[in-house]
Amino acid sequence: MTNSWTDIKNTDLVIVMGGNAAEAHPCGFKWVTEAKQRRGAKLIVVDPRFTRTASVSDYYAPIRPGSDIAFLMGVIRWCIANDKVQWDYVRNYTNMAYLVREEFGWADGMFTGYNEETRSYDQSSWEYQIGEDGYVLTDETLENPRCVWNLLKAHVDVYTPEFVERVCGTPKDRFLKICEMIGECSSPTKTMTSMYALGWTQHSKGSQNIRGMAMLQLLLGNIGVAGGGMNALRGHSNIQGLTDVGLMSNLIPGYLAIPNEREPDFETYMSTRGNKPLRPNQMSYWQNYRKFMVSFLKAMWGPAATAENGWGYEWLPKLDIAQYDGLRMFDMMSKGEVNVYFCQGFNPILSFPNRGKLTEAFGKLKLLVVMDPLATETAAFWENHGIYNDVDPSKIRTEVLELPTTCFAEDEGATVNSGRWLQWHWAGATPPGESRTDVWIMSNIFLRLRELYRKEGGRAPEPILNLTWDYAHAEEPTAAELAMELNGRALTDVPDPNDPTKLLLQAGKQVSGFGQLRDDGTTMGACWIYAGCFTEAGNMMARRDNSDPSGMGVYQNWSFAWPANRRVLYNRASCDLDGAPWDPERKLIAWDGEKWAGPDIPDIAVTAKPREVGPFIMNPEGVSRFFSRKLMRDGPFPTHMEPFESPVANPLNPEMRGNPVARMFPGDVAQLGDRSEFPFVATSYRLTEHFHYWTKHNKVNAVLQPEFFVEISEELAAERGIRKGGRVRVWSKRGQVWAKAVVTKRIRPLICDGQTVHVVGIPIHWGFKGAARKGFGPNTLGPFVGDANIETPEFKAYLVNIEPAEGSATS
Amino acid sequence: MTTERAPQPTTAMANPPVQPLASNLLPGDVVRASAMRDLPAPERQLTKVAKLIDVSRCIGCKACQSACIEWNDTHPEVEENVGVYENPHDLTPDMFTLMRFTEYENPETNEFEWLIRKDGCMHCEDPGCLTACPAPGAIVQYSNGIVDFISDNCIGCGYCVAGCPFNIPRIHKTAHVSKKCTLCSDRVAVGQGPACAKACPTQAIVFGTKDEMIAHAEMRIEDLKERGYENAGLYDPQGVGGTHVMYVLHHADKPSLYADLPDDPKISAVVKGWKGAAKDVGLAAMGLAAVGAMAHGALARANEVSAHDDAEAQEMVAHAAGRLTVEEEAARPPEGAP
Repeated sequence: MTNSWTDIKNTDLVIVMGGNAAEAHPCGFKWVTEAKQRRGAKLIVVDPRFTRTASVSDYYAPIRPGSDIAFLMGVIRWCIANDKVQWDYVRNYTNMAYLVREEFGWADGMFTGYNEETRSYDQSSWEYQIGEDGYVLTDETLENPRCVWNLLKAHVDVYTPEFVERVCGTPKDRFLKICEMIGECSSPTKTMTSMYALGWTQHSKGSQNIRGMAMLQLLLGNIGVAGGGMNALRGHSNIQGLTDVGLMSNLIPGYLAIPNEREPDFETYMSTRGNKPLRPNQMSYWQNYRKFMVSFLKAMWGPAATAENGWGYEWLPKLDIAQYDGLRMFDMMSKGEVNVYFCQGFNPILSFPNRGKLTEAFGKLKLLVVMDPLATETAAFWENHGIYNDVDPSKIRTEVLELPTTCFAEDEGATVNSGRWLQWHWAGATPPGESRTDVWIMSNIFLRLRELYRKEGGRAPEPILNLTWDYAHAEEPTAAELAMELNGRALTDVPDPNDPTKLLLQAGKQVSGFGQLRDDGTTMGACWIYAGCFTEAGNMMARRDNSDPSGMGVYQNWSFAWPANRRVLYNRASCDLDGAPWDPERKLIAWDGEKWAGPDIPDIAVTAKPREVGPFIMNPEGVSRFFSRKLMRDGPFPTHMEPFESPVANPLNPEMRGNPVARMFPGDVAQLGDRSEFPFVATSYRLTEHFHYWTKHNKVNAVLQPEFFVEISEELAAERGIRKGGRVRVWSKRGQVWAKAVVTKRIRPLICDGQTVHVVGIPIHWGFKGAARKGFGPNTLGPFVGDANIETPEFKAYLVNIEPAEGSATS
Repeated sequence: MTTERAPQPTTAMANPPVQPLASNLLPGDVVRASAMRDLPAPERQLTKVAKLIDVSRCIGCKACQSACIEWNDTHPEVEENVGVYENPHDLTPDMFTLMRFTEYENPETNEFEWLIRKDGCMHCEDPGCLTACPAPGAIVQYSNGIVDFISDNCIGCGYCVAGCPFNIPRIHKTAHVSKKCTLCSDRVAVGQGPACAKACPTQAIVFGTKDEMIAHAEMRIEDLKERGYENAGLYDPQGVGGTHVMYVLHHADKPSLYADLPDDPKISAVVKGWKGAAKDVGLAAMGLAAVGAMAHGALARANEVSAHDDAEAQEMVAHAAGRLTVEEEAARPPEGAP
C-alpha cells in the first residue's frame, strides 16, 4: 500500500477492482464502511462476479476476467477526453512533459524491439531523450509529439467505450457511469482509493494491470494524498514482510538486488546503481544504495566483511538467470533437476498451478522437508485419497520429513501488514507437542551445517563459517535480537558528517533511522527500510498508543511503519507546488516557510524547498512515471493482452497469444487449451469463511463453508443441465475436479466480441486434509504460466469445460 | 472475583470492562417467566438494550456465526454444500444465528442486489415463545428486554417454536431442550456486548441501549436515503411490541425481501388465546406435570412426557377456546417436537 488501512477512511471514492476486499480482507474493509459513514464515500466494484463487496457497493459493473487493462486504459482515455485531469499535479509531479526517444513506438499491440525467438523486447528505445547535460529533455507546453502526454493520448486512443464493451463485456452505460464517478476525483479536494489484490496480480500481465490503475491515479492527482493511493491488499498476514526482507530468489532485504553472474565484484555491481538524478536538484534517494548494501553485508558477515574483500560481496550467490521463482523451481523439479526441497509455510500442492505437474515433480525429489504448523497436502502428496489425490504411493520414493512448527499465535515477533506497519505480537498460546519455532529449526540446521564445514571443509565454506551469529542463545535467537539486527547499529563510533569533532552515534548503539547507515563499514543494518523499528528508545513496533490527534488515521505512535514511520508514501505530493495541501481539510504535511511538518512524516528532506525538489524522491527524475521506461518487461505503457487461454482473440492483434513476453516453459505450451474444447472462462478466488488452506483444519470454519463448490450462472446451468446443489465435473487441459454447483444470478453471461462468454467461479479452500469435506482447488486446472515481470501464476483467467456429474464416485 | 457488579451497557462503541466483575443480571430482574403468573415485582428497571443489525453494512462474512459457535461452545455439523451460501442450511440447536442470502432483482431500479440478513432471535418485547411456553420458568424476560431460555426448566415440547412469529427456536434432538440466541445474556450481565457484535468487522452489528440504537439507526437511514434507498428504515415491529434485535433495512417497506423476514409479525391467535382463558386451564394440567417431572428427575424422559403433555394440552386448549383442534389455527407445527 502507498497509504494505510486506516487512511481509507479519508477517501471519497473506493474502487475495488482486481480484489474483493469485503470477503478476502473483512477486517480491513471496516475502513471502507468508515469512509462511507464519515464522508459519504461511494464504493464501486468491478468484478466478474457480484461479490460480497459488491453487495455493499454503490455501483457495480461486470468485467471479463483478464480484460482489466482495456477497462483502465478506457477510463484514462475518457478522463483525458473530458478534461478530468488534475493539471497542476500532472504537470509538475509526473513525467508528462518528458520527451521519449524517436525510435519508440508500437503497432499491433506490440512495442518496438520485440524478438519472437527470445520472447523478449530489446528495450533500448523505451527511454527518454537525454540532453548533453545528462538531464531529460522536456517540453512544458506539451506540444512536442514525442512528449509522454502525446504518446499516452495516442496510446489510449483505441480504448473507446465501445472497445471496452467489446473486450471486457462491461455494458457501455455502466462503464461510462463509472468513468463519471472516477472523473469527479480529478478535483484537488476529492480523492479515490484503489483497493486491489490477487484479482490483478494473478495474470500473465498482472503488473501491467496495476500500472494501469497507478497511471489513472496519477492523472487524478491521487498518489501521495490522504484517501488516495494504490493499495495492494496483501493475501497473507505477513506477505508484505516476506517481500520486505527479500524472500525472493532475486532480492535481498530492503528491495536490494541479488547480484547476477555478470557482476563478479562489488564495484561492478555498484557501477550500474549510481542513480544519478535525471533532473536538476532531485534527491534520487537510491544514490544511497551503497550505504544500505554495505550495512547489509556487515550484518551478514561482521568483521569478516572488509573494504578489501568488497564487504564479503563475493560470498553472495550470483544468479545465472533472472530469478529462480516458484514456477521455475517446480519446472526444474519436474525434470529431476532438484534433489532436496525445503517447504516452509507453503502448501504448493494446493497453491501452485497444474497440480498434476507438481505431484509428478515432488515425486522426483529425493528429500522433501515440510516445516508447517498444519498437516499439509504437500507433506502428504504421496498419500492416496481416491479422486482427491489419485496417486500410487508404491511408486513414489521421495522421503518426506515433517517438522512441526509453531503458528503465529504461538510465538513472538512482528507481522507487517499491507500498510507497511510492523506490528509486534506476543505469544498467545503454548505450542502443542513437539512443535518448534521456525527460527529454532533453521538455527539448528545452520549450526550443524557450520560444524560440518568446520570439521570436514568443503567448497566455498566462507559464507557459512563467517556468518555473524552473535545471539545470546545460538540455538534460538530471540525475535527481539533479530529485529534489532534488521534495524541496524553502529559497529564503531560514527562521526557526524557535518562536524567530525562530534559523534553521530556511539559504537554499539542502534541506529535511529536509515539516514545513519554508512558505506564505510561503521554501521550494520540487515534491512535498511526497517531502520527505526528497534532503536535505543526500544521496540517501536510494540507501541500501542492509539491516539490520533489529527484525526487523519495516522496513528503515529501505534507500531512502526516503514520507511521512517511514514504512513502515506510520496506525501509531498499531497501539497501544491508551494507546499500548501491540495485539500486543507486533509492535511498530511505542509511547508511552514522553513520546513515540512504535519501529522505524517514528510516524504522529502524536511528542509527541501518547494519548487526545487520533486515529490517522488526514489525516482532519479523526482517525478512519477506515466511512461515507465525500461522498468517493465512487457512495455512502458500497459496494453491490452488476452490471457493465454481466452475465449476471444486480441482485437489489437489476433495472432498474439497471451502476453508475448510472459515466460512459458516449452513443455507447458502443449498443456494450453483453446475455446473449441474449453469454452468457459474460469477464475479463482477466496471466500471470507476461510483463510487459504489453513482454516479448513478448523471445525468452525468448516461448518461455515463445508464443501468445495463452483459458481455458475443460471444461463450456463440451463445450457448444461446442471442443477443447484448438483455435482459437476470441471476440467481443463491439465486436470479435472468434481464439485457442487452453486447456481446464481451473481454471475451473468457476458457478451464479448459478439459472443456469449460464461464464467465459472472456483474458490480455493479445499483439499484432502482437515476438518472440512475433501475437495479440490482451482490449481488442479490452472495453467503453468506466470506474469511477465514477477511470475505470479495466471490463476484468474483460463479456460475450462463443465458438465453434470450426478452420482459419480466421490472417493 | 470481585463482588463489584458489572455496569449496565450504555453505549454501542464503549470498550467494555476487562476486569472480572460479578453478574449484574439478578433473579429480581426477571419481569416475565413462562407459565409463572405470580412473579414478584421487579426490584429495579434495567435500561432497555438492543442489538442493531445494519444489513447495508453487513458483508455476510459469518464472523458472527463463528463467534456465536465459539462463545456458546456449540458443535454444529459439517454439512454438505447444497448450492447456497447458507451454512449450516438453517438455524439449528447448535447454530443460533445464520446469515441468509437473497438474490434480488430490483424491478424499480433494474439493479441486482444481494441482500444478506443475519437471522436469529429478535428478543420481542412481547415474546410469543414465552407466552406459548407451558414449562414454568423455561423462558424468562429480563427488564432490559432480553428473552432467555433456561434449559434446566425446558421440557422440549416445542411450543415456543409455534409461538415464535420469526421461526427461531430449534429443539435439540438428544438433549430435548429448545435453543436459540440468548443475546449473550451472560456477557451482557458482565458489561460486555454480544459475541457477534464483538466479532463483526464492519460494525454492522452494534449493541447498546435501545434508545441509542434507534438514534444510531436513524443516522444510518439518513445515509441510505442519500444513496437512493428511499424506503430505508428501521425494523422494530410493533406487532410484537417492538424487538430488542432490530434491523436497518434498505427496503424497510418490504421486509419479506430479506429471506422472508415477516412484514408484520404477530403472535398467532392460538398462542394469544392460550395466553388468555386457556392458559389457566393449560397451566393446571401441563405446568404441574412439567414441574412434577422435573422434581422427580425425569428429564431424561422429556420426550415421552412432552408427547403426552402435548396431546393433553392441545385437547384442553381446544376445549377451553371452544375450537376443535389447535392444528387448524396454528401457524406452524412445532418443529422437532415428537
